Amino acid sequence: MIDLIYLAVFLPLLGFLINGIFGTKIKNEKVIGLIGSGAIGISFLIVVGAFFETLSLPADQRTNFVNLFTWMKVGTLDVSFAYQVDQLSLIMALVVTGVGFIIHVYSIGYMHGDKAFWRFFAYLNLFIFAMMNLIMADNFVLMFLGWEGVGLCSYLLIGFWYDKDFEKSTTSAAGLKAFVVNRIGDVGFLLAMFLIYLFFDSLKFSEVFSRAVSFDVPEHIFMLITLLLFVGATGKSAQIPLFVWLPDAMAGPTPVSALIHAATMVTAGVYMVARTSVLYAMAPTTMMIVAVIGVFTAFFAATIGLVQNDIKKVLAYSTISQLGYMFLAMGAGAFSAGIFHLMTHAFFKALLFLGAGSVIHAMHEQQNIQHYGGLKKYLPITYGTFLVAAMAISGIPPFSGFFSKDEILWFSYTNLGFVFWLIGVITAIMTAFYMFRLYFLTFDGKPRFDEKQTHPHESPKLMTVPLIVLAVLSAIGGFIGIPEIFSGAHGNVFHSWLSPIFKSANLKLSYFGAHSHFEEYLLMAISVAGALGGISAAAYIYLKRPSIAANTVERFKSIYTTLWNKYYIDEVYDATVINPIVNSSRSFLWKIFDNKIIDGLVNGLAKSISIVSSLIRKMQTGIVQSYALVMMIGILLAFFWIILSL
Amino acid sequence: MLNNIQEFYNILPLIIIGGLILVSLIIEMYSESSEKILPWLSIIGFLFVGIYSLVEVGRTSIVLQNMLATGGVVNIFWLIFNITAAIVCLLSINYIKKYGAYYGEYYIIIQTSVLGMMLMAGAKDLIVIFLGLEVMSISFYVLAGFNRNRSSANEASLKYFLLGAFATGFLVYGIALIYGKATTTSIDAISLNFSALSGNVLFLTGVLLFLIGFSFKIAAFPFHMWVPDVYQGSPTTVAGLFSTAGKAAGFSALIVTFAALFGGPHGHLFTPYLSAIAVFSMLFGSIVAIMQTDIKRMLAYSSIAHAGYMLIGLASGNIDGVAGIIFYLAAYSFMNLAAFGIVSILEGKEETNLDLDSYAGLGTRSPFIAGLFALIMFALAGIPPFAGFFGKYYVFIAAIKSDLTWLAMVGILSSMISVYFYLRLVVIMYFKSSETEDKVSYTASEIIAVVIAVVFVIILGLAPGSFIDLVTKFL
Repeated sequence: MIDLIYLAVFLPLLGFLINGIFGTKIKNEKVIGLIGSGAIGISFLIVVGAFFETLSLPADQRTNFVNLFTWMKVGTLDVSFAYQVDQLSLIMALVVTGVGFIIHVYSIGYMHGDKAFWRFFAYLNLFIFAMMNLIMADNFVLMFLGWEGVGLCSYLLIGFWYDKDFEKSTTSAAGLKAFVVNRIGDVGFLLAMFLIYLFFDSLKFSEVFSRAVSFDVPEHIFMLITLLLFVGATGKSAQIPLFVWLPDAMAGPTPVSALIHAATMVTAGVYMVARTSVLYAMAPTTMMIVAVIGVFTAFFAATIGLVQNDIKKVLAYSTISQLGYMFLAMGAGAFSAGIFHLMTHAFFKALLFLGAGSVIHAMHEQQNIQHYGGLKKYLPITYGTFLVAAMAISGIPPFSGFFSKDEILWFSYTNLGFVFWLIGVITAIMTAFYMFRLYFLTFDGKPRFDEKQTHPHESPKLMTVPLIVLAVLSAIGGFIGIPEIFSGAHGNVFHSWLSPIFKSANLKLSYFGAHSHFEEYLLMAISVAGALGGISAAAYIYLKRPSIAANTVERFKSIYTTLWNKYYIDEVYDATVINPIVNSSRSFLWKIFDNKIIDGLVNGLAKSISIVSSLIRKMQTGIVQSYALVMMIGILLAFFWIILSL
Repeated sequence: MLNNIQEFYNILPLIIIGGLILVSLIIEMYSESSEKILPWLSIIGFLFVGIYSLVEVGRTSIVLQNMLATGGVVNIFWLIFNITAAIVCLLSINYIKKYGAYYGEYYIIIQTSVLGMMLMAGAKDLIVIFLGLEVMSISFYVLAGFNRNRSSANEASLKYFLLGAFATGFLVYGIALIYGKATTTSIDAISLNFSALSGNVLFLTGVLLFLIGFSFKIAAFPFHMWVPDVYQGSPTTVAGLFSTAGKAAGFSALIVTFAALFGGPHGHLFTPYLSAIAVFSMLFGSIVAIMQTDIKRMLAYSSIAHAGYMLIGLASGNIDGVAGIIFYLAAYSFMNLAAFGIVSILEGKEETNLDLDSYAGLGTRSPFIAGLFALIMFALAGIPPFAGFFGKYYVFIAAIKSDLTWLAMVGILSSMISVYFYLRLVVIMYFKSSETEDKVSYTASEIIAVVIAVVFVIILGLAPGSFIDLVTKFL
């Protein structure tokens, strides 16, 4: 099955082409949905096959390459459509196609009756195609192709309902914002790629990484390359300072938010850092910067999440915050812990979004949690699965999030220091608090909507079955990464699976000190207690004494408004970056530089070329003698040249 | 004559085409329904030979007493010629009826021209090159004036013949001078002794004349004068054949004669001449194309410009340049075939609808055709990810490697100019409203031919490396 991995990449493209070209003709939603999700389902099966085949190989032969065709070849630059099937890319591919398939199925129910049903599935398939290229690529260029492709799909899908209003503007504006912010990150990626080619003379991962260790390249070059790559990662994975697009991306349909803006695309930055871990290991300073940005983003996004009232906005900020955790792990050198959290996060965050979608569906597009309440009895399955996901993200054992988050916290304690751990734990407490605030306000308590007018009802099976599958994964998904202190002799299975990938990076990184098991138990207990505390606080405030919430808001009015307005980051960007650029473009670049200088030059040139053109076309008299004459003149000139050159 | 059975298999493509000509002649003479049989027979023959050449590409050999090479690059050229010819035949089935000149010879003459091209690409001897060239050229003169009832066709044919004969004269004279000094016409023997011969002015003049003869065939400035008139006067499908397979054949002969020198000390001997005609062809073609109002004339000037880009690869005098030209030729053949194919579909009776303005509103009248045409225009302008981009890219890279960066710069400049007239057509199709609301009618065979060409343009653009790999393996 390893050799067939390209099918897993290209089947989604086929789905895109079929639905994209013939979608308007097919019309039948069932057929379109079957083609769309079938393509991803088969991809998933192929990836599973490849996974087991790889598993059966000895540990040192688990990296395989599947070369499809040579794409560009000039001198030493040799870029192929080639896929690297190894432990890391397989984990990612399993998540992308697996969760992707579940979300595709869910979408058949969710998008039912939409006028552009076919377009939705075509885009979704195109997204999986691009994402698979991103993660399976064996070189930077192909990865970048996927990187740009997912950005395009994200743009298309955020603005899917392009005729709808979103907040102060439109969904297309939200899509545009995502696209433009991502471009800033992409420039970083591109520049990093140029530098890599300059210093390592290759863009193939395996060659670059072996040369990174053997070539004598100064550390500041590594720092520059990794920082530029990280700029790309902050764009795609919504980290400070480029996170502003993700909350707006919630303008898209909810399955899109689940698939692209929670489970898969936004984790591309994390994956890229993990993939290039060797380069990062050579630049300790960058590692520190990654860790700081990660932990700070986690904390910062969680504080905003505390006060948001839009169900999808809360989840969006929680995504940013969880991505921060993953980058914290990367910065701590705990690459496999980061990937582990990426995987469990994909399960429970997709579940949270799909659950939110189910709620929104039931509540007739109402997204404000202050207008929910008591939905438990109306939506039993959504309620149950949502609770599992909320427990998982809050880090309650034995749900998946507990294992992965705790591992990150542990490594940030051992490899980075107490402060990182502390901020991480505080963030975890806040996470538990706002997730259960969301949960209680939505499902518990008394309905705060007019029960006579709104009759919420559970979603169809096409939507609830995916929820149940994801709930199972969220509940037990963590067991493959049980830490050593619990599993004993087996060790951490997930770790040992991924360890060959990060071996050379880990060799470069050295961490001090041994830590006792007692410390690990203690820290674990603290974080679990903190999470439980957060949940209890949420329960107390939002179920027993709602007045506390109101009072706190009154008391800390200024803090509340700051958080409510997301620290005014959008406004700050507007004032410092966007408006100056827009204004100077308008006054100078457009009216003077473009209109006068560029247009003047272009028009002048065009005019002179037309004049030249109309002159020399007169050569073409139509008389054959004159043609021969011109030829003769040419021949004579050539003769002169050869005589003179001798 | 044949040393063994293996030689027979190696030259089987030539034998098949030769046999095809004879069989077609007999069918044309005796069959009532030759009109239906001949095109399909030709297409099957061409396709078979093309695929056979591709399958046997690894079997390189010299056959027929050092007269002919087969396998490797030669087979790649044979593939290009035959696929091109097959597409032209597919396009012609309906066109030739519309054009009002169905004579059975049409397909037979195409077959003979392909035979000539194949001889040129495989030649190991100057005499064989000349033989192939004449077989091809004479077929072309006839094809240009195929509709003998039409004065424009007669004019085109006569002009082509007169100027062609003029150029061939120089070519033969060049071969004579080369023979005079080298006392052989074997290309291998000449290139072996090239160092000793290259001091002699008569020999060099001979080579120069040889080059000039082919500069005419590939339509390079200042030997391009025939191109616009001939393309305009000939049947559109035939113009498509001239500009693709015809040009490829000219380049194939230049490559088989000059590639042996590349990499050696004399690889750059003719670089000044080649770069000069390259620069003038590119700029002249691009600039004059801007002022054209007739689509076929526009494509004619564009073909002059493209000859210039390909000459950059030859001027570079290295293997990358040769690989680049071969890629360019393949890409250009499919692009131009698609372009001429669409023109032939849209062309009305009595050579109407050839004006650029008649393409107005095509985007709404016939979105599919307009979409294909727009794609081809982007490809011809050299915009990625289509094949045209990589063709230019490879020859420019080759030039830069040979320290001819200025030449690549001129190429880029000329590409920029050419974007104007290619995209103007897109603008006309999509942004100009038309007076008529007529839908475009086309037959299945025509549209299939165009779509096949477009698919190749896309594939070559997506996987240029694979093709280049294949070519470089044999260089």
